[in-house]
Amino acid sequence: MNKVFKNAKEALAGLKDGMTVMFGGFGLCGIPENSIDAIHEGGFSNFICISNNAGIDDFGLGKLLRKHQIKKMIASYVGENKEFERQLLSGDLEVLLIPQGTLAERIRAAGAGIPAFFVPAGYGTEVQVDKEVREFNGKMHILEHALHSDFAFVKAWKGDTAGNLIYRHTADNFNAMMATAGKITVAEVEELVPAGSLDPNQIHTPGIYVQRIFQGINYQKQIEFTTTSD
Amino acid sequence: MALDKNGIAKRIAAELQDGYYVNLGIGIPTLVANFIPEGMQLTLHSENGLLGIGPFPTQDKVDADLINAGKQTVTYIEGASFFNSAESFAMIRGGHIDLTVLGAFEVSEQGDIASWKIPGKLIKGMGGAMDLVAAAKNIIVAMQHTDRDGNSKLLKKCTLPLTGVACVKRIVTDLAFIQVTERGFELRERAPGVSVEEIIQATEGKLIIEGDIPEMVL
Repeated sequence: MNKVFKNAKEALAGLKDGMTVMFGGFGLCGIPENSIDAIHEGGFSNFICISNNAGIDDFGLGKLLRKHQIKKMIASYVGENKEFERQLLSGDLEVLLIPQGTLAERIRAAGAGIPAFFVPAGYGTEVQVDKEVREFNGKMHILEHALHSDFAFVKAWKGDTAGNLIYRHTADNFNAMMATAGKITVAEVEELVPAGSLDPNQIHTPGIYVQRIFQGINYQKQIEFTTTSD
Repeated sequence: MALDKNGIAKRIAAELQDGYYVNLGIGIPTLVANFIPEGMQLTLHSENGLLGIGPFPTQDKVDADLINAGKQTVTYIEGASFFNSAESFAMIRGGHIDLTVLGAFEVSEQGDIASWKIPGKLIKGMGGAMDLVAAAKNIIVAMQHTDRDGNSKLLKKCTLPLTGVACVKRIVTDLAFIQVTERGFELRERAPGVSVEEIIQATEGKLIIEGDIPEMVL
């Protein structure tokens, strides 16, 4: 079975309005730029979007927000986006904020077939509201459920035609878990190579999780806060 | 004289121990990295997936794939490792991080902390703060003793939405070093030149003062 697609547009086949979609990345680091652009141009709408952050005003998921393609955002931190704040305050956008580690684990759990689990994060805060609470080893925990998606869009540094992925530096972040949690996982890579070219010892995401892969183009890799010592 | 931000960071740095794995939050906590005692080996954790944060890069070494949790470009030290977000929070939740330093809007005498949300004003999200405070065994809060209007940030009860409950162990402010115990805020040290009376005035929660309170040694 061929997993290799020509470009982002082709890899979106079957994507529909209103679906639950995941996007890898932390801030703008490691985001699936090509898939986001193709979705932006494709004119989809009403997505339930799961991503740690919401991009900035004119890049990353900020592009989809500006075009009102996102109905609900599930994230841990959305600080760097004014358009987001505007839509949230005006009631155009629904938002669910989840502690970052809980968000990561809920996605991991979905991919690993764990329907729910207990964590201490958020106990005694508004995150706990309406959730089951239980004490383990003298400490209070809350029940959190797995987070699945119809499509998961991830970005890797290198990938092969079997769907194996290798991430670079801190561009791994949410990509590895999201790759496991999509009914269809679309991976875009900076360098696509034939199966057998990557060292199996170095694979981060085994190809079993990846249904579609394509060679990305024109990566901008914007930096939110360039901070230097000189 | 009350401490400036660097003074607070310097006092917190005195709590570091050789071999510690440390998570430093954004703001004053980040400054602690500038005062790591000579010869001490410390590994800084960044929750976006890096153990072994190095200094900020020179212009020619800036790399979009290498950032810290504040989304600033960084470098990594020898012996560093990269990993995904689930792994990163497993380190936190699993109790592998020795010390967490973070800022706060308010801390209560029970050790509750409010640091992420000001209803109607600030709605950016909690990021990793709730995971950190719920799991860390050793939390130091770095903050000003009072807000801009002079209101105490060390309270009987927090007024803002909480980040975590009964979790803060130590607080270093511009005025004092405080240990949070079952009895309340135990005053351990004064900032140089700051009187006990000034600290009492600036603290709304239950302040416990026993014996002579020494000045901080910075």
